[in-house]
Amino acid sequence: MPPLISRGFKGRRRDDAPPDRVPPGQYVTNDFPVLSAGPTPHTALDQWDFTILGEVDELHRWTWDEFQALPSETVTVDIHCVTKWSKLDTEWEGVSVDTLLDGIETSAEHVIQFSDGGYTTNLPLEDVTGGKAWIAFDYGGEPLDPEHGGPARMLVPHLYFWKSAKWVRGLRLSTADEPGFWETNGYHNYGDPWREQRYWGD
Amino acid sequence: MAGAAVLGRLIWRVAEVVDVVAETARVKTVGFDVPDWPGHLPGQHVDVRLTADDGYQAQRSYSIASAPDRARLDLTVERLDDGEVSPYLTEELQQGDQIELRGPVGGYFVWEPSRGGPLLLVAGGSGIVPLMAMLRHRAATGSDVPAILLFSSRGWEDVIYRDELEHLDGNGLSVVHTLTRSQPDGWRGYARRVDKDMLAEVGPSASEHPHVYVCGPTPFVEAAAEALVSLGHEPAQIRTERFGPTGG
Amino acid sequence: MDELMLDGNAAAGLLQEVFAVEVTTAVGTCDGCGAVDEVGAVRVYMGAGTVLRCPQCESILMKVVTDGQRVWIDMRGVRTLELRAGA
Repeated sequence: MPPLISRGFKGRRRDDAPPDRVPPGQYVTNDFPVLSAGPTPHTALDQWDFTILGEVDELHRWTWDEFQALPSETVTVDIHCVTKWSKLDTEWEGVSVDTLLDGIETSAEHVIQFSDGGYTTNLPLEDVTGGKAWIAFDYGGEPLDPEHGGPARMLVPHLYFWKSAKWVRGLRLSTADEPGFWETNGYHNYGDPWREQRYWGD
Repeated sequence: MAGAAVLGRLIWRVAEVVDVVAETARVKTVGFDVPDWPGHLPGQHVDVRLTADDGYQAQRSYSIASAPDRARLDLTVERLDDGEVSPYLTEELQQGDQIELRGPVGGYFVWEPSRGGPLLLVAGGSGIVPLMAMLRHRAATGSDVPAILLFSSRGWEDVIYRDELEHLDGNGLSVVHTLTRSQPDGWRGYARRVDKDMLAEVGPSASEHPHVYVCGPTPFVEAAAEALVSLGHEPAQIRTERFGPTGG
Repeated sequence: MDELMLDGNAAAGLLQEVFAVEVTTAVGTCDGCGAVDEVGAVRVYMGAGTVLRCPQCESILMKVVTDGQRVWIDMRGVRTLELRAGA
């Protein structure tokens, strides 16, 4: 039995957007909903670092200052949450993953993002390279709020947003795929919003 | 009518609006007729689901305001300005409209007279709703379990169920208000946020081992629960229901 | 204190759909620290899925994801769950 439609219910003002901007099953929102799997971490910048490890010759590590000294980009992208909201034209500033991986040799084909608080999410390495992913520290021209993943989060806009880890602290390069926090619990291993890959078997 | 904890799979049921009554400027009680409603325990809630005609859905939890002694289901809802569901429930719904709800759920945050007392209820704003179901049931069953309600509201005109609480005061129930933002002329009651000193004065003391229920916005509940623990109340005796930022 | 944190009873509807019995009064033992709490007293976070965490040590008790038809539950964080069949 399909759900009952409640007369006059509209929900949040949802913009009409060109269909080629909105993946199937998504609704465009003006808000920025906050979803969380645990308490918000609050890592002081002088404690923060970003690490690339795993299938690499040596561990690579940047302190906050070193990270801020890297070339960064401002990008405007659409983001799509598996809980069905999409937000168009979001503006971020961040360091491209390509910049961090520059000069790093690896035979890895997979990458696992890991965060303060224990969250992980896995991706093919090719999905974070070639200008597809950033470690973002500013949103909308302001430093990223802790509740939205600040001081820094991953930004991988071509996949559902659970693939962009909040409070990210590093990338582990791996020859084997390792399904992460949600991928081991029903969410799709890849997560392409355009093919509506929300759950296992989709 | 005996309320019974629901066993078995929960289903989404259709609820039809019987009436909508204003409690305060921002708060309304919507009365529903729910065919085959299995009954509920005071303190339980329902999950409400609304579907728009383009398929968009929103879901929120609302505490049941009515006591199980009534044949209809009342939900008391505060309209949040930036809310998605509360403006619909308080401004749009009319008699005859239908929504879906699932429940009752939440046997944890329940009080019945058989559990005994003394009872300490601490409410912040619309956190009064599940506690009111408890007090209404207490009154309907003629229970004399000693009870204290400490109720924090912004101002006198914001006090939900104000007249009914005045009416229930007595018969072993003591209602204590604190008005945090504005007070009427001549007000001699509390005029600040609930804190440890206030809870100590309002009592009961930890040595009386009261059953404590705290409900309201998350920061309110957090502060009250911490204060109660610091006064020596057993954490296991304190039940909390945080409304969280998504309420609305 | 986290404003996004809710109490166990916020997950009551979701869990009761799965377990078919009242779950918030069920008593769980945290596999992380051994703390024993009613499910109603644990911490609930709602993100892409629902996460229940131990109020004593914050470790994950349960993860629940549903697509409306299927439900995936990871209960490794609960060493033992005591449910009352007739409650």
